[in-house]
Amino acid sequence: MSLIRYESQVRPPLVDNDKTYHQVTEDIVRPIEAAPSRLWWTGFLISVALLCFGVYSIYREVTYGIGQWNLSKTIGWGWDITNFVWWVGIGHAGTLISAILLLFRQGWRTGVNRAAEAMTIFAVICAGQFPIWHMGRVWMAFFVLPYANTRGPLWVNFNSPLLWDVFAISTYFTVSLLFWYSGLLPDLATVRDRAKLKWRKYMYGLLSFGWTGSTKHWQRHESLSLVLAGMSTPLVLSVHTVVSFDFATSVIPGWHTTIFPPYFVAGAIFSGFAMVQTLLLISRKVLGLQDYITMEHIEVMNKVIVLTGSIVGIAYLTELFISWYGQNPNEGWAFAQNRVNLFSPYGWSYWLMMGCNVISPQIFWFRKLRRNLVVTFFMSVIVNIGMWFERFVIIVTSIYRDYLPSSWATYYRPSIWEIGFYMGTFGLFFTCYFLFSKFFPIIAVAEIKHILKKNGDNYKREQLKYEKVSVDQFYHDQMSEHH
Amino acid sequence: MAVKKFVVGVFTEEEPLFEAVKKVRKTGYKLHEVYTPFPIHGLDHAMGLRDTSIHTAGFLYAIFGTTSMLSFMTWCLTTDWPWNIGGKPHFALPAWIPITFEFTVLCACVGMVLTFCYLCQLAPFVKKHHFNLRSTDDQFTMVIECTPKTNEAELSSFLGGIGATGINVQNAETGWWLGRYDKDQKLFEGQSETVSA
Repeated sequence: MSLIRYESQVRPPLVDNDKTYHQVTEDIVRPIEAAPSRLWWTGFLISVALLCFGVYSIYREVTYGIGQWNLSKTIGWGWDITNFVWWVGIGHAGTLISAILLLFRQGWRTGVNRAAEAMTIFAVICAGQFPIWHMGRVWMAFFVLPYANTRGPLWVNFNSPLLWDVFAISTYFTVSLLFWYSGLLPDLATVRDRAKLKWRKYMYGLLSFGWTGSTKHWQRHESLSLVLAGMSTPLVLSVHTVVSFDFATSVIPGWHTTIFPPYFVAGAIFSGFAMVQTLLLISRKVLGLQDYITMEHIEVMNKVIVLTGSIVGIAYLTELFISWYGQNPNEGWAFAQNRVNLFSPYGWSYWLMMGCNVISPQIFWFRKLRRNLVVTFFMSVIVNIGMWFERFVIIVTSIYRDYLPSSWATYYRPSIWEIGFYMGTFGLFFTCYFLFSKFFPIIAVAEIKHILKKNGDNYKREQLKYEKVSVDQFYHDQMSEHH
Repeated sequence: MAVKKFVVGVFTEEEPLFEAVKKVRKTGYKLHEVYTPFPIHGLDHAMGLRDTSIHTAGFLYAIFGTTSMLSFMTWCLTTDWPWNIGGKPHFALPAWIPITFEFTVLCACVGMVLTFCYLCQLAPFVKKHHFNLRSTDDQFTMVIECTPKTNEAELSSFLGGIGATGINVQNAETGWWLGRYDKDQKLFEGQSETVSA
């Protein structure tokens, strides 16, 4: 019998412990069918509590106005826009994993893509909150939409990067959602067809849209996934590019740089992968999915982290060089005095960023550390702290001292309601993630089955014999049986 | 659609499917469909299905997105309400590229997903006949339609000969209907009572 797929033995298996198709279904769907554990309830309730605090913080902001936050005329963007950019950045890994790695035919994406895509969607929802509530009079948020209105009709300013953001983020959210859900349909059908309980049959029957698994449907599904991936790839790069334009097209020293788009995209991938690591290290442990999210997956993601962290590091150094080389006194001041000078008011945040984003990820040059779960987990948290400070540094250190020393800001620190809002988005994010991990298969069941005979532990062993066959002989054997 | 009679054979591995499909087509049986838990590359060609043109549809939606957004922005800012922003040109093409691009992607993706759902008849509350519930788990289900000329017993033994197990005969509705998966509903069920009442 001929092989359908073959991959070199040099690559390690991606599914451990001799699985069959049925076992794959069992392992991944079991956590959905079992009652949630005590750990799940604890995490879920903490998340809901945080969410409630966030809702109350927003209630204060809407009722009493934006003065509830410690923003001033000089520091018009503080924690809120920092958090916005941070969450959007995190939201980039999902589509990167599902789209770009699909185009590159990377088998390892199948273990992590579903959870990463879900993370993307939740992170973008969280990100969207910040600019919306930052508007102050949030009931007028619909003014950003270009619709025929009674104000002229006065259209929105299509030349403004802030409006580009509206289109970029909403498109990104919609496309990620469609990509995620179209991939989920076959897996939801798997859950539906196994269901014993009435409500589960009803719910998953509803959610799976009547998927049957017919060959014609699979053919269209594959084509759809490929084209969505092809379009999501430039999309994911464009979204953070547009976010960086919010800064780069302004004339503020420290923002007005052409390096921003690639630098922001690399940073987004960096922080996104770190968040994927944080979530998956917990999920694989709690849900017992170590056979599917293997050490290989973790190591590969750590490699992406060290790569993107180094790209970000080069971007930081390039910025410094250009601020010196450009000889613009204002820009030179912004970098040399407001950031690099450790003893300036926010100097500490610059060096915290450098330490977390550039220096600490370099430990991943060592294979042993890349494959250490504890190190990986701590690094994933440190990277996200660092990336939060990157946005904080960019925003606050560039604007707290403007051209006129008389309007220099007093030391900006957030109010409790600013912090509460940020905590609230954590609540929202984790509430969504906990619900997702309870009710949806967090690993793409069909995609794991698709790579099983190529990348499964047991199947890899069986293929060892083909390593000894010459290429011509191998080709002859395989092709002649099919035709 | 109509209720038809089918002979169903189950495979536990995907490799024999290729040979089996070839034999079914050669013998002249009417292959209705093969249901699989994951996509099997090349099976669609083996079954003689034509390539999908869903990507062409996506291209057309993309073209629509580009042209509509670009002309809309042009109309807004050059004709309907031109703004004088520091004497800069009203037709500011470079500044419109990001929105044009985003809208192109949006139209293409939304359009393609809706087309996909339409072609595959996928929607909430859509219900279909499932020949074998394990074909979303670990089994590969080959369904052959019985024509007036088909001898069921012969077909069943033929399926057994090409490697299928669990061979059975089912009468099934080929289309879709609105229903819930927790109820054992069939298309047109109960409607004759409504008519007679």
